[in-house]
Amino acid sequence: MPKPRDIGAVLNRRAFFQGSLALGGGMLLSGMIPGLPGAQADTGGVFNPNAFIRIDRSGGITLIMRHAEMGQGIYTGIAMLIAEELEVDLEQVVLEAAPADPSRYTDSAAGEEVTGGSASTRDSWLPLRQAGAAARIMLVAAAAARWNVLPKSCAAQHGQIIHVLTGRTLSYGDLAEEAALQKVPEKIILKDPSTFRLIGTSPQRLDTKPKSNGTAIFGMDVRVPGMKIGRIMASPVQGGRLISYDSVAVRAIAGVVDIITLPDVIAVIGDHSWAAIKGLEAANPQWDPGPHAAVSTKILMDDLRRASDRTGLVAKNTGDVDAALAACSHQIDAVYELPFLAHAALEPINTTLHIRPDGADVWVGTQVPVRARQEVANATGLPPEKIAIHNHVIGGGFGRRLDSGSIGQAARLAKQISYPVKLFWTREEDIQQDQFRPFYYDRISAGLNKQRRIAAWKHRTTGSYVTTRWAPEGLQNGLDTDTVDGATETPYAIPAQRNESVQCEPEGLTTLWWRGVGPTHNIFVVEGMIDELAHLAETDPLDFRRSMLGHSPRGLKVLNEAASKSGWGTPLPAGHGRGIALHYSFQTWAATVLEVRVTRDNDIRLIWADTAVDCGPIVFPDAIKAQIQGGLIFGLTMALYNEITVTNGRVDQSNFHDYRMMRINEAPDIRVHLVPDLSADIGGIGEVGTVAAAPALANAIFAATGRRLRRIPFVPQIAGKST
Amino acid sequence: MITIRVNNESHQLDVTDDMPLLWVLRDILGLTGTKYGCGVAQCGACTIHIDGIPARACQLPVSLIGDRHITTIEAIGNTKEGARIQAAWLQNQVIQCGYCQSGQIMAATALLRDNPNPTDDDIDDAMSGNICRCGTYVRIREAIHQAANNA
Repeated sequence: MPKPRDIGAVLNRRAFFQGSLALGGGMLLSGMIPGLPGAQADTGGVFNPNAFIRIDRSGGITLIMRHAEMGQGIYTGIAMLIAEELEVDLEQVVLEAAPADPSRYTDSAAGEEVTGGSASTRDSWLPLRQAGAAARIMLVAAAAARWNVLPKSCAAQHGQIIHVLTGRTLSYGDLAEEAALQKVPEKIILKDPSTFRLIGTSPQRLDTKPKSNGTAIFGMDVRVPGMKIGRIMASPVQGGRLISYDSVAVRAIAGVVDIITLPDVIAVIGDHSWAAIKGLEAANPQWDPGPHAAVSTKILMDDLRRASDRTGLVAKNTGDVDAALAACSHQIDAVYELPFLAHAALEPINTTLHIRPDGADVWVGTQVPVRARQEVANATGLPPEKIAIHNHVIGGGFGRRLDSGSIGQAARLAKQISYPVKLFWTREEDIQQDQFRPFYYDRISAGLNKQRRIAAWKHRTTGSYVTTRWAPEGLQNGLDTDTVDGATETPYAIPAQRNESVQCEPEGLTTLWWRGVGPTHNIFVVEGMIDELAHLAETDPLDFRRSMLGHSPRGLKVLNEAASKSGWGTPLPAGHGRGIALHYSFQTWAATVLEVRVTRDNDIRLIWADTAVDCGPIVFPDAIKAQIQGGLIFGLTMALYNEITVTNGRVDQSNFHDYRMMRINEAPDIRVHLVPDLSADIGGIGEVGTVAAAPALANAIFAATGRRLRRIPFVPQIAGKST
Repeated sequence: MITIRVNNESHQLDVTDDMPLLWVLRDILGLTGTKYGCGVAQCGACTIHIDGIPARACQLPVSLIGDRHITTIEAIGNTKEGARIQAAWLQNQVIQCGYCQSGQIMAATALLRDNPNPTDDDIDDAMSGNICRCGTYVRIREAIHQAANNA
């Protein structure tokens, strides 16, 4: 039975579905136990023991990937899990993206076919090893039957079954047809971890060679015979309407094929992207901005501030916080603010579709293929089973492709034409029409007792509830637990604590998951405040944290490891400072120490970072390091530079000149130290690095300058103000 | 008609003069390894070589190319620096989502050709025009050093 997860997080409904799973006990396997709905009925000589493995008579071994590869290395990690137990080498397998098929590819713990929440490895760790083992057992049985020997006298290795006594071998291809006739094993014993050949090693990733020579096909690169290419522009103010456009000017552009519209969208289709781009410029669309034309960042901020005066839904309440606060000898009352953020994945939104009267093909990169299919069904009236979603590697997800609205938009356009079309958003459209990480306005009060220990902690967050729109069944008594993920359960022993959450939806903007979700928001607040309290207590921030971790050996371990590897406490040059942040998120413990230098003219330079990680059992150590390195840079980029602002209902930012990305000359060196507790439950990793970035940076800047930053982004608050 | 030479092949194109090379490569010639990221030469995903010099294909009208040779990611492995960079990229597991990496590899190859032993500052100068949203910079730096050392 799966243990309850610590996160509401991206897959807030995880909790909801785990509740139902608990009833079945061990039902994590449902849908993927061989012989259950996973297997295809007609094997036709192909060994297809479950939804994830296909072995044909010629020996081709195909592993089907239900999780989207968007850079995190999951194709390789999942292939390792299956191949470990199937006893094949990674060089022997071919990978294939799963179709949209809830009966076969639902992630039972998440409740749908989805990639997110740093959950892919966690949710695959047992079932996909079992899927590999079940297939192996059936291949062994087939060989044993052919040789008329006992199965236990046979061994599987490198895609062959060997009869140990005689040295006879049969390849998996040779056995495919007979293996398909074997009984599905009822009992599967997994390998002892001491015998792993693949798990725990760092093989060459399976997706990267084509990405190094230009042959990888992202959604943006799809080319279908007869395909045209269209550029989409939606009303720059949400809720606006297309009033008019200059069709004569559009038709004058060489290569333009069609103009198609929705009430709030125009798309110009051409023989190639350039015709579509120029055509849409020529169209000069005019918009009725609709009801949200007056919205500005100031109005949205005022809404949040006002809402934050209300008492929120209580997410945690231990002890008598108000009495404990009143009794404190020292207290800090602070407001922490986190802005709206765009995802800014480098591959802009795009969808290629061929919608016919009797069915549709859709080529796209998506984290939610079943939602994508339903969007197309809703747009076209086609039954979902007539719609094929061909999933592709994604040029950066970060949560963006957990939404399928852009696919519905594309389908409503594409159903107006008979030929296949690739519809894409420009970079400007991708930023301005994004669905944004919510703005969070957090009030926090905490106090120290006479022993300079934290005695009271009161944290109220105010912001959008993504869960309300994305997975309303995941709300818990109205609470979006993502808004308090990382806030209610801190690493520290705090005797009196209250957490509240106030929902406040931004007018005219849609919000969505963003890398690190709740923890990226709350750990900034929690670890910033802990640092503030450490300084108030006149205690070293590392020692202050240690003193509250007596109950948490894993927390203490990662904290000590990061501190010692970073040389915490050793002298630094003038203008330098170290910041530390500890967190438990996505079922993983991590601590980061970041060293910065703040120059005399207030330029923030990132020197290096050390992160210590305990994510329990490790599948692919190099990928863990890569995710921490990349995740930190993703979070540091946001903390330094990023905010989406709104004027007259329109997003102000449009491209990388005003939505700034970190570049190589700004990036710190990052060292990752793995200190796994192999007996712990397996943790997630894709979002862990991002979580610690902003608090480690804020705390380092404080150490360097004495200036406490409670609002993201930092650079606009500091730059140009010389000390 | 415009004639351009890409990866040692000549192509006759019936396109307007102002069409950026990026769209010629991707939509007309089917060389989709060169990516669209920003369209305004901010991100470097569309980096190609013109006579060995890195350039942003999204801002380069096809009519200005003349008889200069274009090299794209699809053929950069035929150069000795390109092959070394690609090998170092794989060995250091640089690549995550990979969308920017064609451009990164093109920029790094040009750097290595000009400067067989780049310092960290040289790498910063040559590579800071290429955004990687996955944040693979630590490994890009390591891989360039490794490719240089493997000369």
